[in-house]
Order: sequence, then structure tokens, then C-alpha cells
Amino acid sequence: MKDSRKTLIVVGNGMVGHKFCERFSASPAAAEWNLIVFGEEPRPAYDRVHLSEYFAGRSVEDLTLGSKAWYAERGIELRCGERILALDRERQCVVSDQGAELHYQALVLATGSAPFVPTVPGVNLKGIFVYRTIEDLDAIRACAHESKTCAVIGGGLLGLEAAKAAQDLGLKTSVVEFAPRLMPRQLDEGGGGMLLGVIKSRGIEVLLNRNTKHFVDKNGAVDGLEFVDGSALQADMVIISAGIRPRDELARSFGIEVGPRGGIQVDDAMRTSDVKIYAIGECALHRGMIYGLVAPGYQQADVAAAQILGRDVRFTGADLSAKLKLIGTDVASFGNIEPKEAHYDLVVADRSKGVYKKIFVTADGKRLLGGILVGDASDYGSLLQLYLNAMPLPAEPLALIAPAVAGGGHSSGPLDLPDTATICSCENVSKATICAAIDSGCSKVPELKKCTKAGTGCGGCVPLVTDLLKAYQKSKGLEVSEAICEHFPHSRVALNAIVRASGIKSFENLIAKHGQGHGCEICKPAVASILASTWNEPILKHAALQDTNDVFLANIQKDGTYSVIPRVPGGEITADKLIVIGEVAKKYSLYVKITGGQRIDLLGAHLNDLPAIWSELIAAGFESGHAYGKALRTVKSCVGSTWCRYGVQDSTSMAIRIEERYRGLRSPHKLKSAVSGCTRECAEAQSKDFGIIATEKGWNLYVCGNGGMKPRHADLLAGDLDDATLIKYIDRFLMYYIKTADRLNRTSTWLDKLPGGLAHLKDVILNDSLGICEELETQMQQLVDTYECEWKNAVNDPEKLKRFNHFVNSDERDPTHAFAREREQIRPLADDERLAGTTV
Amino acid sequence: MNWNDCGPAANFAPELGSCVKINDEQIAIFNLQERGWYATQNLCPHEKRMVLARGLTGDANGEPKVVCPLHKRNFSLKTGCQIGDSDCGQIRTYPVKVENGRVLVQA
Ligand code: SRM
Ligand SMILES: Cc1cc2nc3c(=O)[nH]c(=O)nc-3n(C[C@H](O)[C@H](O)[C@H](O)COP(=O)(O)OP(=O)(O)OC[C@H]3O[C@@H](n4cnc5c(N)ncnc54)[C@H](O)[C@@H]3O)c2cc1C
Ligand code: SF4
Ligand code: FES
Repeated sequence: MKDSRKTLIVVGNGMVGHKFCERFSASPAAAEWNLIVFGEEPRPAYDRVHLSEYFAGRSVEDLTLGSKAWYAERGIELRCGERILALDRERQCVVSDQGAELHYQALVLATGSAPFVPTVPGVNLKGIFVYRTIEDLDAIRACAHESKTCAVIGGGLLGLEAAKAAQDLGLKTSVVEFAPRLMPRQLDEGGGGMLLGVIKSRGIEVLLNRNTKHFVDKNGAVDGLEFVDGSALQADMVIISAGIRPRDELARSFGIEVGPRGGIQVDDAMRTSDVKIYAIGECALHRGMIYGLVAPGYQQADVAAAQILGRDVRFTGADLSAKLKLIGTDVASFGNIEPKEAHYDLVVADRSKGVYKKIFVTADGKRLLGGILVGDASDYGSLLQLYLNAMPLPAEPLALIAPAVAGGGHSSGPLDLPDTATICSCENVSKATICAAIDSGCSKVPELKKCTKAGTGCGGCVPLVTDLLKAYQKSKGLEVSEAICEHFPHSRVALNAIVRASGIKSFENLIAKHGQGHGCEICKPAVASILASTWNEPILKHAALQDTNDVFLANIQKDGTYSVIPRVPGGEITADKLIVIGEVAKKYSLYVKITGGQRIDLLGAHLNDLPAIWSELIAAGFESGHAYGKALRTVKSCVGSTWCRYGVQDSTSMAIRIEERYRGLRSPHKLKSAVSGCTRECAEAQSKDFGIIATEKGWNLYVCGNGGMKPRHADLLAGDLDDATLIKYIDRFLMYYIKTADRLNRTSTWLDKLPGGLAHLKDVILNDSLGICEELETQMQQLVDTYECEWKNAVNDPEKLKRFNHFVNSDERDPTHAFAREREQIRPLADDERLAGTTV
Repeated sequence: MNWNDCGPAANFAPELGSCVKINDEQIAIFNLQERGWYATQNLCPHEKRMVLARGLTGDANGEPKVVCPLHKRNFSLKTGCQIGDSDCGQIRTYPVKVENGRVLVQA
């Protein structure tokens, strides 16, 4: 049967080529076309922007933008691992490296770019890499195993990202930059200087003004760099990230116009000098610009798709705003940072915090032209919106970057944005589109993502999308959903109240009376936690509600083995108990590590061995450490007045007393505590959910601190307390938190949302302003009185132990576990080792 | 394809998954009580670990599902298709039934 359709060929299956296919195939008019895609890489298009996350454990599947099945479903013929070698423009056909010759009626070049590799002597030595594809990353990881030091050439956006990745691979890393500052294209001198300080403080060395003369050769592999100024740098491996060069070789060799410095020349319709041929993405040169960012490429893909389908849409240029990810500090720039028109700039620089913010404002003070943010880019979203939508600025524009200083500041919420405002620039989704989606029934962020695609690119706009959703729902009088998931129309706080008031003791009863369906990974553990902190029954009674960690009373590890952390109250342990831990570790071949919480972790335990391990530990007087639960973890201590020459109270005894009081306490999120013997604060009590610091007269109680992702110092709740009052206040505080916090909110997040904040909390705990303190104390006392070690309960119950077997029909352990040895201990095999099938 | 005997139904805790070994294959069997029995591969396609039997079960819009304990990918127990945003592939499902109090799986 002859195919009457026209043929459209896309060369290049990268991010932009893929987006083109997505946009093109979404149109009904695409039915007239047979779409064929050639990609030189061995796999379908993947998310290059998040490539570095491959090192952090994201898999290829995860990064994939459109699987082979995706292409097949849309009737698109995807030919991976096949490269186009030649164009015959006369006959309108392409020739591939596998000898295929195919005719086209329209052709799209989406060949992207290649890393620029300077022609420095020695550049072909082993151990020198670029950073663009999955294969590059595989090669870098393999080499990193045998290296200690790494030099990254190029201090731009990508170079810094590569440097962070190299450092995460355990390499001592240096960045070499030709220019006198970091990120010369995005930052001015002030911003670059501030960034330099931050990068150095993260342990990455930075060499500026360095021009590489040659690479040092050691038996065919690189061993360092020598610079034109005579200085040198040792390096076991090198990553070159010195810019990109458009892949315009096909155009160039076959007579399509290219720019003087490279790039396939296109017009506003994304058409090249050959009217049948389009170019999009990083290979295209548009009005003298090559965009090295994905968002403009996506817009170009849109335009080319529309043009080929007969709609006249134009690309007139795009914004070069960028927010650097992954480097551990915020860096962003937007708009024009070297404006030509009349303007003035406003700068806020705080060296102590490593924060630098600069904005460029039109001479009349009415519009924003561009800006640079280092160290704190929290204003990026709102500034970008002001800039992109040319919105009027507040009378005192300084308030935009220093609200507190300039007094009051501006408070334009997402509702103030014009309807045309682009909320998601990757997918080019406007505020109007999002509001329309909400009107048509989307009521949650995942639904919005699905139906508008907003937030599915780099993800940077998700907070804005969330705010817009809530604000818009409120403004429309729509209910802002408090439901924790599709199974319960209630918040955690409401469920907690329902459970206590109704006396319900099982999930089945609760969902039958107050919910629908059969539960999920969100509501089941949340309800399990509520049941535990209300009725305090052994959690294995509700095994089917628990996350795997709670089902097996141990933390699952990446390879499916488990960790064992016995409780060591206050971090105090006898030599005899240490010996038992050592013996158990030896007997069951476990990896031993001192945790960050003053206790000992035994890792690599087979599921089948957990009961035996715990029986031996319990026989020696150990208890569960609840490292697996949303429960009290550790109460750290310092040696205090017993030993320390500065100590003013016995902090160790107090820490043990507190840990023994609240052990096993289940809560909306984990709870950590510490007791320090004097203001030197060696136990770091101010970084805990509740922390205690000894004073001459008693104890100061601090609350709502944490380390972790968003560190927060705890606030002083009450000072100079005697022992009994201290415990009473902690009882009230913890119980109040348990009853009123949302699921998975640490105390700090809870306090942030608590109406009235710290003042209110003080009022409730110290002055009993709600008249509930007696109740809180009684409820806590009941939990303390009914404490039972979860592991002791389990090892005494053969019924419960039945589940601690990898197979139900065999006593065999999971045969897929395999370990290597490192520093005289075991570790799970890395992914590449697993694939290679090595067991050491 | 044989029906393989996996032992008494009482060995399979309600609302949870359990792993059985059939020849050299690991199969996760889920006892969802009145909603029936399901069986899938035990390997999570995401990071290729033998863990699905240890995942939470539940439903999404009425479709029974298992949630991988490692990174919470959701899979339909009926079709093996992934539910939700990300896509790491489909898992295999197997016919399973209970006869005379014994669990039988076809593999
Ligand atoms: C083992 C340990 C690291 C170590 O080798 O030292 C550890 C290991 C884990 N931590 Fe941690 N954290 C450990 C101390 C800490 C500390 C330090 C401390 O407690 O003094 C912190 C910062 C302090 C804090 O929490 O405020 C810490 C902040 C986190 C966070 C971020 C919490 C946050 O609010 O931002 C997570 C993620 C979470 O809980 O959601 C986390 C989660 C985890 C998990 C459970 C991740 C996971 O889901 O697998 C790790 C598994 C533990 C395991 O399998 O045993 N871990 N983690 C430490 C165990 C301490 C203990 O004895 O129980
Ligand atoms: C590590 C890293 C981080 C990044 N971070 C960001 C970021 O945070 N924000 C941002 O906006 N951008 C970022 N980028 C840039 C972004 O990835 C690119 O802008 C985007 O990938 C460009 O898409 P493209 O389709 O034009 O090119 P590519 O994605 O490179 O795709 C081109 C494809 O065409 C293939 N090809 C070339 N010639 C042929 C041929 N003759 N025959 C067949 N196939 C061919 C290539 O092999 C390639 O697969 C980053 C890039 C990297 C490498
Ligand atoms: S132990 Fe804590 S910090 Fe370390 S990798 Fe795990 S979660 Fe991250
Ligand atoms: S291994 Fe299953 S979700 Fe990651």
C-alpha cells in the first residue's frame, strides 16, 4: 500500500528535537505527515538539563523525555543510533551512516551543539572529558574511581555544575577560568566576587586569569595543566567546559548559510536559507544569537512545528534569564545585565552572608531591565515576572531586593500578574492558561502539571504555580483543599481529632467511616502515626499501614538490605555493650559506622537476619533506636559538669532522662533533641526540635530548631527552669505539636505555619492560654507509661517474626544482594559493578 | 506455564505483599483480601532492586496499586503499568489464585 503522506525528517533527537515531535504530533494536521526522527545517540532523547542528577542516582529511564513506546504510540519512526551524514538538497533526501537514503518534503535540523574543546597540546590524553551526554558521565564516573584530583576548565554555568559533580564524586576539585571572574557571561564583578567566596568556602579551588598552555602527559594519561603564566596545577583528570559550538556541519558542508562564527542561519520562521529546511535549538543562529538554554529552543520548536503545519507563528527572540542549580548556593541572572539604554543600578551586598543583589532600572525608575542575584535568589521568580511583563515598579525599587531596609516592601502576589505573564518559561505556559485549567476543574498541582505541562521542565516555577493555584482558588471562593490525599477529605490535624474523639483504633474503621477507597502511601503511614501517638499500641499491629522501614523496624538501604541502630541514650555506652555491638556486627557481617546522632549504625543486614540480630542485642540490654520511624530519634549530650571544667549542670544525666522519657514517641515527623552542659553548646541543642542548655540556675529550653535541608536555629521558649518544670513544658510542647502539625512537618515548619507564631506558642505552653495543658500532660504521661520496645515486642511474637523472611516459601536470603569490600568493611556494589556482575 | 504451589494462603499477610521463589524467579504476591490476589515481578524497574513485595499497597482512583519502598514509584497491580508522573517502565504481572487454601501462581 502506498503511503500518500508527506515525509518530514528531523535530524537530532535531543531536548529540542523531542519537543518538536511532541508539539508537532499533538496537532490533528500532523496526520498528513509521516514523521521520521534520526538520533545519533544510542537512546531516545533525555533531559540534559538535569543530567548531573544521573550522578545523584537518577536513572536513564528517569531522565528519558520520550521512550521508544512514546514515539511508537504517536506513529513516529524513531531511529536511535543512526547519524545523518549527508544532505542532497536537489533531490530532497538525507543519507545516514547505515546507508539509508530517505526523501523528505520538509527537514528539521535539531542537531544541538558540541562542547568546545580548545586545541591545547595534550588535549587528547586519557582522563580528559567533556560534559554533555550520558556516555560522558559514565566515562567520568569510571575515571573518578581511580582519581583523587580533578580540574574543570571553564568557570561558567556548566563548568561550576561539573565542578560540583566532580566534588560529589569525592574528587578534590579546582576550577580554571580564563576570565578574571566566575560566570563572566552572567555576572558582573561584584556578583562574580561574591560567588568566588561561596565556591571557595565549599572547598572548590578557583584559579582565575589562567590560560592553559598544555596538559601534562604521564604515560599517555593526563597529570595536570601548565598555564601560560608559568604556574601549574596537578590533576588526575580534567573536565572541559569551555563553551559550546553549534553542530552546523551538515548545513556547512551542503551549502546552507551559516553565521561567520558558526550556527545555522534562520529567520523568524526558523527557516534556513533552504526553504524546505528548518533549524531549531542550539544549532540555530537567530538574529545573531545562539541560545544555550532549553526554553528558547522549545519556543523555536513550537514555531517550526506551526510553520510546517501551515500556521504563521514567529520567533522574535527570547530571554536569557538563568538560575544556576546544584552548586549549593543560589545564583541567578535575568534580563540585560549590561543595558545600553539610560538606567541606574541598585546594589545590596552583604559579605557576612555572601549575598549580592543588583538590579538595573530604567532612568525613570518605572521598569526593570535586568538583575543579578548571588547567595539569595528567593526574589528571582517575582523579579523575573516584573521584568518579563514590563510591570510598573514600586516607588522605591530598592524595596524589591531589600524589603526590610526600605521599609514595608512590595507585596505583589501571583494574582497581580497580568494574564499574559509567562509562569512556566520552559513550557511557555501563561497565567491565563493555568487559571483556565483551574476553572475547568484542576485543583491540585499534579493535575495542573498534567493538563498544562507547567512545571514539568526545569521545575523552577513549581512554587509559583502552587501559590497561584492557592491564591486563585481563594479568590474564586473555591475551597482550598486540605485533604491529605484522594482517600480522606480531611487534614492530618482533623484526622487526629477524629481518631481521639471517636476512639477509632484501626485504619479500616477510619476509612470506612471518614474516607473512601483503600488508602495509599500518603494516608496509611499518616494514620499509622496518629494511631500510634494516640493509642500507643505496638506498631506492627498495623503492619500493612507502615512504610517498609516501620514494617521491618529497620531502615531500608539502597540495595534492599537494612540497617540496625540500637538506642544509646544520651550517647553514653559501656565498654561491654560496645563489645556486644562489635560481636554482633562480626557475626552477621555488618558494616559499622558512628552516626551523626551519637550512636552506632550496623548496615547491610539481610531481612532474614534482623530477628536474630535484635535478639542478641536485646539480651545485652539494648532497645530499638527508632531510627526507622517518625519518632523520637536521639537526645545528644555533652559530658557536662561531671567531667567538663566549664559544665554547670549534669547534661548527660538529663539527656538520658529525656531520651528514656520520650523514647518510642511517634510524631508527625522525626524528633531530635540535645542537652548541653553550658553555653558553649557542644551538644548543638539549638539545632534540635527541642534543645536544652544548662544555666547556673537550671535549664533553658529551646524549641523548633533543626539541621537538615533548611537549617533553623531554635527559639528560646523559657529560661532557668528547674528539672520538673522543664519536663512539664516539654510534655506540653511535644503533645501540642503532635496534635496540631500536618504530616511530615518538622517542628520548625509547624511553627512557621502556627498562627501567632512563637508568642502564641509561649502563651499556650507557659500561660495555658487555651486551657489544655492538663490534658496535654495527661496524654503524654499515658504514652510514657505504655511505652514498650518495638523490637522486644516483635522478637517475642513468632507470628510477627514470620514476616522477616525474604521469601514466604523458602528460608533463603535474597540471592541478589552482593557486596564489595572497602576499608576492611563491606559495602553494596555500585551500579556499574552490579551490571558487570562483580562480587568481591 | 504451570500453576506453581506457593504454600498456604495463611502465610500471606493481608493487605501486604510477600515474595515467593518460583524456579529462579522472584514473584511478589499481594493478598488484598476481598479485592483479590495479585502477583507481579519483585524487581522494581527503577533501580532494579528486589523490593516490590515490601511496598505499601493501596489504590489510585479505585485501581489497586503497590508503592515501591525505595522511591515510591506506583504500579498498578492489575496491569503493571506505572501510575503517576515519572516513567521507569512497566512491571510484569502473573495470574494468581487460591485453591483449597493454597496459593497458586502461573509462571
Ligand atoms: C545514619 C545517619 C547518617 C550517619 O551515618 O551519621 C542518617 C541517615 C539517614 N538520614 Fe539523617 N541521618 C543521620 C543523622 C542526621 C542528622 C544529624 C543529627 O541528627 O544530629 C541530620 C540533621 C539534623 C536534623 O535532622 O535536624 C539529619 C537529617 C536528615 C534529613 C533532613 C531532615 C530535615 O528536616 O531537613 C532526612 C530526610 C527526612 O527525614 O525527611 C534524613 C534522612 C535520613 C535517612 C533516613 C534517609 C533514608 O530515608 O534512607 C537515612 C537513613 C538512615 C539509616 O538507614 O540508618 N536525615 N540526619 C544519621 C543517623 C543518626 C542517628 O543516630 O539516628
Ligand atoms: C550538563 C548540562 C546542564 C545544562 N543545564 C541547563 C539549564 O540549567 N538550563 C538550560 O536552559 N539549559 C541547560 N543546558 C543546555 C540544554 O541542555 C540545551 O540547551 C538543550 O539540550 C539543547 O537542545 P538541542 O535539542 O538543541 O540539543 P541537544 O540536546 O544537544 O540534542 C541534539 C542531538 O542531535 C544529535 N545529532 C547531532 N547531529 C546529528 C546527526 N547528524 N544525525 C543524527 N543526530 C545528530 C546529537 O547527538 C544530540 O543527541 C544544560 C546542558 C548540559 C550539558
Ligand atoms: S545519610 Fe543523610 S545526608 Fe547522607 S546521603 Fe543519606 S540522607 Fe543524605
Ligand atoms: S527502586 Fe523502586 S522506585 Fe526506585
